[in-house]
Amino acid sequence: MVDVSMAEAGAGPVPQKGVEGERRLRPYLLFIWPALIVCSAVIIFPWLFTVWMSLHDFRIGSPMTFIGLDNYKDLATNRRFLESIGHTFYFTVLSVALPMVLGTLAALVFHKKFWGRGFFRTLFIMPMMATPVAVSLIWTMMFHPQLGVLNYLLSLVGLPPSQWVYAPGTVIPSLVLVEVWLWTPFCMIIVLGGLASLPSEPYEAALIDGASQWQMFWKITYPLVAPFLVVALIIRTIDALKAFETIWVICNGGPGTASETINVYLYNQAFAYNQVGTASAVVVVFFAIIVALSLILLWARQKAAWT
Amino acid sequence: MTPRTRRRIRRLADRTALGLSVAVLLAPCLFVFFWMVSLSVKYDIDNTAWPPVFWPEQMTFENFKKVFEESPMFLYFWNSVQVTGSATLVSLLLGVPAGYGIAKAKANRMAGVLLLSRMTPGLSYLIPLFTLFQIIGLIGTVWPIALTHLVITLPIVVWIMIGFFETQPHELEEAARIDGATLWQAFRYVALPLARPGIVVGAILSFITSWNNFIFGAVFAGRTTRTMPVAVYNMLTFESFAWGPLAAAAIVVMLPVILLTIVIQKEIVQGLSTGGVK
Repeated sequence: MVDVSMAEAGAGPVPQKGVEGERRLRPYLLFIWPALIVCSAVIIFPWLFTVWMSLHDFRIGSPMTFIGLDNYKDLATNRRFLESIGHTFYFTVLSVALPMVLGTLAALVFHKKFWGRGFFRTLFIMPMMATPVAVSLIWTMMFHPQLGVLNYLLSLVGLPPSQWVYAPGTVIPSLVLVEVWLWTPFCMIIVLGGLASLPSEPYEAALIDGASQWQMFWKITYPLVAPFLVVALIIRTIDALKAFETIWVICNGGPGTASETINVYLYNQAFAYNQVGTASAVVVVFFAIIVALSLILLWARQKAAWT
Repeated sequence: MTPRTRRRIRRLADRTALGLSVAVLLAPCLFVFFWMVSLSVKYDIDNTAWPPVFWPEQMTFENFKKVFEESPMFLYFWNSVQVTGSATLVSLLLGVPAGYGIAKAKANRMAGVLLLSRMTPGLSYLIPLFTLFQIIGLIGTVWPIALTHLVITLPIVVWIMIGFFETQPHELEEAARIDGATLWQAFRYVALPLARPGIVVGAILSFITSWNNFIFGAVFAGRTTRTMPVAVYNMLTFESFAWGPLAAAAIVVMLPVILLTIVIQKEIVQGLSTGGVK
């Protein structure tokens, strides 16, 4: 995240490789080492182990045999896995786009000064602090097709009842609803931080030149806040790809496998079927997807910054 | 219409629009919390009524009593406190100096590790660690859970602290250094006391994230080592139709987190939004 900001902030020299950078870094290494060691122990060891296991036919409780890339080859033709990739993208696109749009709108509202702003803002960020499992539980009860309060609310405005998470066609949009509810505040906070850092001079100049509100938003606010939007976008995308709790608690990837994302498929392989070898291969593919998407977003961001 | 009344009408319209948008933004949030509380204080007969009962004629705290009577909630609470507390403490011990070092040395490449750790799916730590802990025989205690929580709490603390130390003026430490303080002393006696607000934010955010985490506990916890979210999830699978106790349990789990959020809401907003772009 530091990488993301430094280039655009233009504040302070971007550290250069070489003598200068190294001399500045060396005395501080002692501060960083302990965390780095723990981080790598907890991250790198599992990584090596995962890659190694993904090359084996390995079920918990039975001996492991080396099978090379067979796990990956199987995945490439495994229909359930390929479908789970589709579900993941469907779920991710919706649960990134909607919180981003709503969060930005909310940030624009909460950036204005009004009576009780702090209080309302606290209320607004409550969802992202609430325990996701507990929240998912409440939504499960609200989604109930016969007794759930959501269908009652629909009937109040004259809409037909929905099957929500109990039908393959509506399960993913319904889950996205929960995701939007949970994470819109997160996007709001990041964008709000961007708005707070805006200088006031361009607006004064624009006012003098007779610019409209709309023009000011697109010509001044949007470009200045864009770096913050990208940060929110990247983090949200990573988190949405990795979403697990909501899906797992509310519908277990069902009905059938209709909402089984990569992460849920992974969990099932590893801990329901004990197929550690397959699951490890899924982890490697999954991580590659996440890194690739993040890099694309970072790249798109830099490209946008130069034009 | 005089220009003045027109302006007044315009201001009134602006205000109404603002009020309405705040109401629309808050409605979903408030409704879900309201419904949670409502479910938790109603008898089952009201909870399964159609149309749903919004304001019950009779309120009850039976559901909460049930939660504590039918499951060892205090044990789970203690488990959660142990896991979250130790993960947060270790994260602070390691993460605050690391954040300081990275901020002062402008070692942004090191901070890239943080982004990488966020990208790694939680489950990918679990399979190898699960296998490892089984071999060592740590399964069945809360410590593997606490250890895995470090994966999420440490990056949060480092992230917040980088943002904090970067904005801290460095003149004071330089003065201390000129007076002969070592690098460590300058950190310990000058930078650290000044960073107390940042440490509080880092600690609380780390606490909240760890408290809310489900997946690590779900994999590693045995019957007696469940953390709160895992315990509540298990209630769902065993009594799917007792809505009252379920909602009550949901409230019990998130209460500490909600209280913490209220206490330091302002700092959370600041900490997250400045940390966000760093």
